[in-house]
Amino acid sequence: MSSIKDFASHFFVTGDPLIYGADVSIVLVSLAIVFVLTYYKKWGWLWREWLTTVDHKKIGIMYMIAALLMLFRGGVDALLMRMQLAWPNVHFLKSEHYNEIFTTHGTIMILFMAMPLIFAMMNIAVPLQIGARDVAYPYLNAISFWLFFFGAMLLNLSFVIGGSPNSGWTAYPPLSGLEFNPGPGENFYLLSLSISGIGSLATGINFLVTILKMRAPGMKLMYMPLFTWSVLATCIIIIIAFPVLTVALALLFIDRLAGAHFFTMAAGGNPMMYINLFWIWGHPEVYIVVLPAFGIFSEVVATFSKKTAFGYKSMVASMMLISVISYFTWLHHFFTMGAGADVNTFFAISTMMIGIPTGVKIFNWMFTMYRGRIRLTLPMLWTISFIPCFAIGGATGVMLAVAPADYQYHNSYFLIAHFHQVLIGGVVFGMIAGMYYWWPKMFGFKLDERLGRWAFWFWQIGFYVCFMPQYALGFMGMTRRIYTYPDGLGWGPLNFVSTVGAFLMGVGFIFQVWQIVYSIKYGERDLTGDPWDGRTLEWSIPSPAPHYNFAVIPHVKGPDAWWTMKQEMKKEAAVKVDPAEIKPIHMPKNSGRPFIMSVFFFIAGFGLTFNWIWMGVFGLAGVAICLLLRSFEYDTDYYIPVDEVKRTEAALGRL
Amino acid sequence: MKQRRLLNFVKLAVLSALTAVFMAGCSPDEYMVLHPAGPVARTEYDLIVLSTILVAIVIIPVMAILAYIVYRYRDVPGNKAPYMPEWADSKVLEIIWWGIPIVIILLLAVPTAKTTFALTKPPVQDVKPVTIQVTSLNWKWLFTYPDQKVATVNYVEIPAGVPVQFVLTSDSPMNSFWIPQLGGQEYTMPGMAMRLWLQADKPGEYFGSGASFTGEGFAHMQFKVIAKPQSEFNAWVTQAKQTSPGLTKDGYEKLKQPSVLSNTLTYSSYPQGLFEEIVDKNGGEYMNHDFMGNEQKDQSGNMNHDMQNHQMSDSMSH
Repeated sequence: MSSIKDFASHFFVTGDPLIYGADVSIVLVSLAIVFVLTYYKKWGWLWREWLTTVDHKKIGIMYMIAALLMLFRGGVDALLMRMQLAWPNVHFLKSEHYNEIFTTHGTIMILFMAMPLIFAMMNIAVPLQIGARDVAYPYLNAISFWLFFFGAMLLNLSFVIGGSPNSGWTAYPPLSGLEFNPGPGENFYLLSLSISGIGSLATGINFLVTILKMRAPGMKLMYMPLFTWSVLATCIIIIIAFPVLTVALALLFIDRLAGAHFFTMAAGGNPMMYINLFWIWGHPEVYIVVLPAFGIFSEVVATFSKKTAFGYKSMVASMMLISVISYFTWLHHFFTMGAGADVNTFFAISTMMIGIPTGVKIFNWMFTMYRGRIRLTLPMLWTISFIPCFAIGGATGVMLAVAPADYQYHNSYFLIAHFHQVLIGGVVFGMIAGMYYWWPKMFGFKLDERLGRWAFWFWQIGFYVCFMPQYALGFMGMTRRIYTYPDGLGWGPLNFVSTVGAFLMGVGFIFQVWQIVYSIKYGERDLTGDPWDGRTLEWSIPSPAPHYNFAVIPHVKGPDAWWTMKQEMKKEAAVKVDPAEIKPIHMPKNSGRPFIMSVFFFIAGFGLTFNWIWMGVFGLAGVAICLLLRSFEYDTDYYIPVDEVKRTEAALGRL
Repeated sequence: MKQRRLLNFVKLAVLSALTAVFMAGCSPDEYMVLHPAGPVARTEYDLIVLSTILVAIVIIPVMAILAYIVYRYRDVPGNKAPYMPEWADSKVLEIIWWGIPIVIILLLAVPTAKTTFALTKPPVQDVKPVTIQVTSLNWKWLFTYPDQKVATVNYVEIPAGVPVQFVLTSDSPMNSFWIPQLGGQEYTMPGMAMRLWLQADKPGEYFGSGASFTGEGFAHMQFKVIAKPQSEFNAWVTQAKQTSPGLTKDGYEKLKQPSVLSNTLTYSSYPQGLFEEIVDKNGGEYMNHDFMGNEQKDQSGNMNHDMQNHQMSDSMSH
């Protein structure tokens, strides 16, 4: 009996009222979900329509929902931290608890919010933009999603079971090593990132092949929409960068599980090796998340200025250049770790250089608007507000790249302000713009403009009120990751202002939730499939798209394919499908195995986190069996008969 | 109309917030980085100012152009501004905005390179520098003075107007040693002995802190830097030697245990070769180290790599 008690008190995180509150709410929410699904008899629907789907559009929507939930979780973390720092000497959170919160905030926001949100937009838009019926490997796409999902769940579980990681989202050894960090927290971090990382790598491969091989006839590379280009550039970075992260995490895990010394100086290891590997992935990672945002801005600016994107060729060139230069910037993350002056100089200049193609893109966006007709819709508002925000963030980035000056900024709040400015101003603004832009395509209705504007202004004001003071705090010598600070340094007032800003952004988020709930009922329905007068192929089909996307695959004759078609004939004629051209459509079958296999990955990850080898082996054996079963499966696809396609299209008024 | 009013309100709100931020009732020297008190920090400050001006040359016009374009070409009935939906290419414009950032980066790259190299040397050449060894512990700072043979915890005394060579290591997770008014930071890493040149112009007290996260007590790793005229510094050393206890091996092992100290400590002596031992036992034995530069070559007598150290030190001192 006492051994059970002993086990439970180590297994469950105890001793903090906030965590008991979380326990209760997790149990209540789970019960509520089970109840609703049972009461409305939705279990079968959930399994058939969502858990087993291989449809890229549904996978995209699931990515988006999961990412928004993680944005909420990471946002609550942020607000807890800001409350703790609002005044000097606050004892709202204990040091240990604060350390866990900033670690999970960073990890979740980068890997479980930004990444799935870009995957959401990729899944939702890319196949439609290139006139494809699916991605190249739909089954693999489902695996990618479920691996991300269960990876995220594993990390979130650590909050109430075992204890969260607490050595920062970068997890530098030796702090993250066994000596200074026993317990399961870091294992949660390493395994959840590894599991979701497999999914990310697979997504990179999947979309690279999709874009290269599945474009509609006639769509040359230089006819591709800019969002598709940005995803192509992103995929190239993912494919090269993610294996490096996998290796770094695996070696660190071997250090922790098996007592190796890859990253500890004892027995000849070296923590610098981890730091190098981490940032060889980590710096390109910021371009992985920001390039798709650049793509979205390019689409939105052209659509809502009613103009062709300015400087298409240099937009493409600059994205490809960014994907290359991103590999020459990693060392600026440790200018102050004793590299020689020659090394620091090289990486200072190569880091500044990335500002050149980025700056070019900003000018191109502005001159896309120039001599256009700018409609200030929600996606456009977020795009316009992105430009000054990212310009300032980019400027402080160039300042940080000046190696000797970085000796003063490094680890200070100046740095914190900089990367939040580029990541929120770039990635979050971009993904929100994309969400508003493609929402009608996903669900068949628009999101409410009025509530969206309230959300927009709360976000914008909140953002500047939150992060501008942090630049100043950096100059005042405030360092990152401190859970409290003494009186008398003058840091109090600015921290308080910053906290107010964080809460304003939180209000903005609540407005967005309200906006979504409100619009489900009252949002303007999209019956045309082309509510924005769009330019690319996704707007040529009904909203939401039928599960085969295109009844007849379009022929592309130039850039802005849909816009050109609309110019050549009346729009009513352009949307019509010629029944003679409809042929049986080849589609992949749904499968429950990606979900089941990911559950086994989760089991393996959970077991290894606690060093329960038997459970790890059991989970990995389950994964192996799933892979084996797949290799013997031949009945994986089917044809949609012509009649059914005709019926669907007729019902949508397209025949 | 309503939107315009909202926009004006927002502009006003943002502006006043920004003003409040920078005015927020602080004496100017709370902005430590912007008030350098030594040649290293001043060099870095100059670069900060230069880089700010150079990036401002780009971003201020960008914002002005953006505001103009959004206003001029907004989609309202009766807008007379030209509408050219096909105009999407201009070689001249593109050359301009590929060119300007390239020029600016070049302008920034040259002083960056020069300063990066300059900071590896003592900030002034005509004064004999002093060496102080820094060890970051969980969660305190140990300073050992190889020339004076005294040691302090959580505060460091330096002579003003003299270049100080800090030699940094860690007997705990890596931290970062930062005294904003004297100059930028550098990491303390187990098994490594890295250097950082700093110097204070005038006597005074400066704020120092650990900048890289090291766990539970990290937030309390702040220390004072007390700069004194050379004569007072010497007097302080003499007094420390007379009135303070010595640090023993056992004492060090106790000090090393994870804890936060609320006070400062002074020691009249410390075990010979303590710093070198700390570096070596944390993996420094696998590295080739030049521990002290030219100050300390006689001290590392029993180290297995001393020959190399001596050679490196000699070559450094020329």
